[in-house]
Amino acid sequence: MSELAQPGAPLRSARLRLSAALWRRPWLKVTLLLALPAIAFLLVYLGALVALFISAFWQVDAFTGKVVHVWTTENFHSLIHDQVYRRIALRTIGMAAAVTVTDAVLAFPLAFFMARVAPPRMRTLLFVLVLLPLWTSYLVRIYSWRLILAKNGALNWLLNGIGLPDAGLAYTNKAMWIVFSYVWLPFMILPIYASLERIPDSYLEASADLGGRGWRTFRSVILPLALPGIVAGSIFTFSLTLGDFITPLLVGGAGSSFIGNVVENFIGVNGNIPFAAAFATVPLIVMAVYLVIAKRLGAFEAL
Amino acid sequence: MRGGGRIALGVWTVGVIAFLWLPILIILTYAFNGSVLQTWPIESWTLHWFHAAWNDREARSSLWLSVKVALLATAVALVLGTAASFAIHRFRFFGRESFSFVLLLPLALPGIITGMALNSFFYFGGLGFSIWTIVIGHATFCVVVVYNNVLARLRRTSPSLVEASMDLGADGWQTFRLVIWPVLSTALVAGGLLAFALSFDEVIVTTFTAGAQQTLPIYILSNIQRGQQLPIVNAVVFVVVALTVIPVIVSQRLTQDSGLLRRR
Repeated sequence: MSELAQPGAPLRSARLRLSAALWRRPWLKVTLLLALPAIAFLLVYLGALVALFISAFWQVDAFTGKVVHVWTTENFHSLIHDQVYRRIALRTIGMAAAVTVTDAVLAFPLAFFMARVAPPRMRTLLFVLVLLPLWTSYLVRIYSWRLILAKNGALNWLLNGIGLPDAGLAYTNKAMWIVFSYVWLPFMILPIYASLERIPDSYLEASADLGGRGWRTFRSVILPLALPGIVAGSIFTFSLTLGDFITPLLVGGAGSSFIGNVVENFIGVNGNIPFAAAFATVPLIVMAVYLVIAKRLGAFEAL
Repeated sequence: MRGGGRIALGVWTVGVIAFLWLPILIILTYAFNGSVLQTWPIESWTLHWFHAAWNDREARSSLWLSVKVALLATAVALVLGTAASFAIHRFRFFGRESFSFVLLLPLALPGIITGMALNSFFYFGGLGFSIWTIVIGHATFCVVVVYNNVLARLRRTSPSLVEASMDLGADGWQTFRLVIWPVLSTALVAGGLLAFALSFDEVIVTTFTAGAQQTLPIYILSNIQRGQQLPIVNAVVFVVVALTVIPVIVSQRLTQDSGLLRRR
């Protein structure tokens, strides 16, 4: 710390005056700190969301293929009234719900074991074992299932080995359900684990003292306290499923298109950005409603 | 809890962990598959595909692009994420809650929304798609990771350290260099590594923000879809998994946090 004992240098006194000035004017400091991230996020990210909304109300000229900047609700009209798009939207949302429930069921006992049963060393090990798949490329994990479920894949090999017929899961909606549940599972385990770990032992003892048996304690003490964690996890599983188009592409079949696939097609092949934008607002609205409900349930504290 | 319940929970845990890991182990073994057919079980073994992948021009150029994008996105995320976490931690200002909520949005909203929104923004803003549009796309969700890591560290650091430094006559720069930096450095490295890993294997936002550019995940995806060069893809996949898992393990060591979803 010898540097602090050298007064007099003009540079240093200037720096000190600057520090003092900043210290006396905290608003200036906030502005300086916030300027970059705020501009970046407000301009680019929120700006982009606004651009998405606005372009959803434009249209593509059928003859020239150019975007016409005229305000119209035509895109939303055809979204609501076209059977095909309605079915795709419902399939996407239904799958997101199914995957969320499946993951909650798979994750809860594991999270409970991690948080309340496993000794500390095993807990750390389990934590790493759950965390690493989360960070392993999700494209790779989906690809793996494409090979596993294929006709000559590992699953059928296993089934045939124990004398069962082929599963025939390749390129079906069931395959998508398995793969989605697989890919997002760690996102559900970790917040549930965090919420279970935070429950003080004294609560469980108090419940036992008051005569609460295992099941009663679980229902009246553990589950309500774990609920924010479950909801926090469900934000991820729900939102990630809603916005995916890789899984339908790689393991889904002919009738497996998701909102994401349509959006991607309209951007790439068909070159109709306004319609793609209009369809992309569907998951946006669904997620907005979902996030409001989740906030009410206290999920943001558990994130 | 009674013994039976414990055993049942333990069995369930083992089962779910196996479910999480088997597909990863299976895909990793395919990289050593001697046959060009992707069937199970694997009958002959080889290291040839790693060599072939290294000499594949397309694979190499997309690997290089992915590394560049991930480094740039991480750099942007480090600057913006750190600034934002300092502002949120130190000050109470109008719109503070909404600002921290907006930072979280790119991670909480489905990838196609972020991708689609940026796509129409670039398109109508007249920005041509380039490596920079990919970097902007990736940076939006990488910022959160750095922000979370740094904020968690700041919350665990006593503000009196900074005050003590000021009382002893240090100016802002000295306080930063001698007090704040040593406390923050591992959190920054950890956040940066996670941001790198996140960017390195991102697909969805990339498809919407890339023009003709091909990142490594896009290369993998298009080859899987067309069923081309799968043995080489398998070797590339092996490398991708290694390149994303190592930073995560290192950052885990540095913070003892889970990063994205941290324990409090």
